[in-house]
Amino acid sequence: MPEVVQSEVLHSGSELLRVEGLGIRFGGLHAVKDVTASIPAGQITAIIGPNGAGKSTFFNLISGFYKPTSGRIVFQGQDITRLKTHEVVASGMARTFQTTTIYKELSVLENAMIGHRVRTRAGLLDALLRTGRERRDEQESRDAAMTALTRVGLAAHAARPAGAMTQEGQKRVGIAMALASNPKLLLLDEPAAGMNPEETVSLMTLIRELVAGGLTVTLVEHKMSLVMSLADHILVLHHGQKISEGLPAQVSRDPAVIEAYLGSHAHGGQMGQTATGAAPHA
Amino acid sequence: MLGNAGTKSAGAGRFKLGTWGWVAVFVLAALVPLFGPSGYLLDIGVNIMIYAMLAYGMNVLLGYTGQLPLAHAGFFGIGAYTVGILTLKAGWSFWLAWPAAVALCAVLGLLLGLVAFRTKGDAFSIFTLGVGVIIMLVINKWDALTGGNEGLNGINPPAGLEVLSKGVGLKLSAGFYYLALIALILTVLAVARARGSVFGRSLIAIRGGEDLARSAGIDVFTHKLRAMMLSTAIAGFAGGVYAVYVGFLGSASAGPAMTFTVLLYLLAGGLGTLAGPLIGPALLYTLTQSLKGLQDYQYIVFGPLLVLLIMFAPQGLAGLWMKAQARRELAAVTGKKGAERA
Repeated sequence: MPEVVQSEVLHSGSELLRVEGLGIRFGGLHAVKDVTASIPAGQITAIIGPNGAGKSTFFNLISGFYKPTSGRIVFQGQDITRLKTHEVVASGMARTFQTTTIYKELSVLENAMIGHRVRTRAGLLDALLRTGRERRDEQESRDAAMTALTRVGLAAHAARPAGAMTQEGQKRVGIAMALASNPKLLLLDEPAAGMNPEETVSLMTLIRELVAGGLTVTLVEHKMSLVMSLADHILVLHHGQKISEGLPAQVSRDPAVIEAYLGSHAHGGQMGQTATGAAPHA
Repeated sequence: MLGNAGTKSAGAGRFKLGTWGWVAVFVLAALVPLFGPSGYLLDIGVNIMIYAMLAYGMNVLLGYTGQLPLAHAGFFGIGAYTVGILTLKAGWSFWLAWPAAVALCAVLGLLLGLVAFRTKGDAFSIFTLGVGVIIMLVINKWDALTGGNEGLNGINPPAGLEVLSKGVGLKLSAGFYYLALIALILTVLAVARARGSVFGRSLIAIRGGEDLARSAGIDVFTHKLRAMMLSTAIAGFAGGVYAVYVGFLGSASAGPAMTFTVLLYLLAGGLGTLAGPLIGPALLYTLTQSLKGLQDYQYIVFGPLLVLLIMFAPQGLAGLWMKAQARRELAAVTGKKGAERA
């Protein structure tokens, strides 16, 4: 495992990612507005909030998928606000999607190998001339993908078509694809969506193992039971703004949070219910 | 050799006709002229191979990267006219003009991609269709360079090809056949290598979902540009063979009708497969030639055949084969593991 650790000493709790005054406007709508927060290293941070609070948008902003209209994002001390999505991945941040967005027609192994592309350099000419770099990169992709599959417990399924896996298996493929890029920060967008309680528990175990191995995980999640038992640190968004941040026990007693959830409940939203809307990109 | 076809068990979507299958196909093709076939038969062979190269080029973008380029024949024309102009007007040898045409098409493909890939999906196709029409018009109107409406006449066979053919007791037409065959083999080899590489896997990822590919860390724009360059370079490569083979160039060969013919062949043969771009032209070009006697009525036969093909083999003929194979593999897997999931 060439993973993390040796490069720099990131104490658990020190700041891995920081956003300052982050905002994005879609036409007249301020989907995320003036959010200042930080994600501590080596921990599990959950981003919660009622439906439409801007959680997924916030995620898309820090992963470089959307470009913010205001504010900045600092990752490991480097300003990544203007980086392209693949450059953000190269800087050490990988994500999964809300739905099981993976390459269903490709094998589990190939999915993971695609996730390692960002660490390889072989291009078209290398391919045409079968250079040493091409062969090395191919081998390295294979090894890194197998390592990632081992981490998520799918090594035995490497040759299977990804689409033939169960829902939970497909989630794991998505996580393996992200892990294959050797990230420091893993962003999981509603990892438990569409899973039964048993699968959810198994996924929580996996997330804990990954964090124990030195990874920092940030997730958007609707299932409160999962958030409360898993997260070390919680960030609450409402109407695109941060209304609370802190330990689970603090956040769950914060009047502003209770107000937001109960208030939205009265308008039809439900705390702890899985969103049914499809991702904006699928 | 061909990207280690068949030796790697890993891939769905990897070409199924193994390396040995390809060797057998090419050896058989190479034997054809030795049996003293008619010039007509060799002509069909050369045309099939030129169309096949074009289809391979288009397949790189459409089949592997998921982008439908409709300027393809334009680059075929640029390749052909570059060879024609350089050999006729600048006195270059074909053997220099040919690589120059390929390089020019790659560079122009890069320039087109830099603009065209700011659009996506249908918009990309329509934009490139416009560029294809413009290329044809430029060729048609630029009298001083391209001969305009009159076309470009009297392009000579490659230096040494006639001497070489006669030397081994073959006609010049057989010499052209071998030239086209070698060009086709190089094309298949290049495409197979590109597809079977780290680079090629990234193209497949882009085809499967651009947003997902981007989030997985793939530099989508750069990969599309490289795919475009390979695609247009192959079109130019085919154009070079065409120019010396027919000896006469008209702007129509660079137009959208040509692009759509190639697209049709590719769809019939099988998109995204390594065999499809050869199977499609081989069957459909032969079919159109054998129906030629029916003149315009040939479409009464041709049309329904295409409808049937699209209905029953939307993945093309190579797709049919792959589907059957996938079904066999699945049966093997579910036979073992069927009970475990439900």
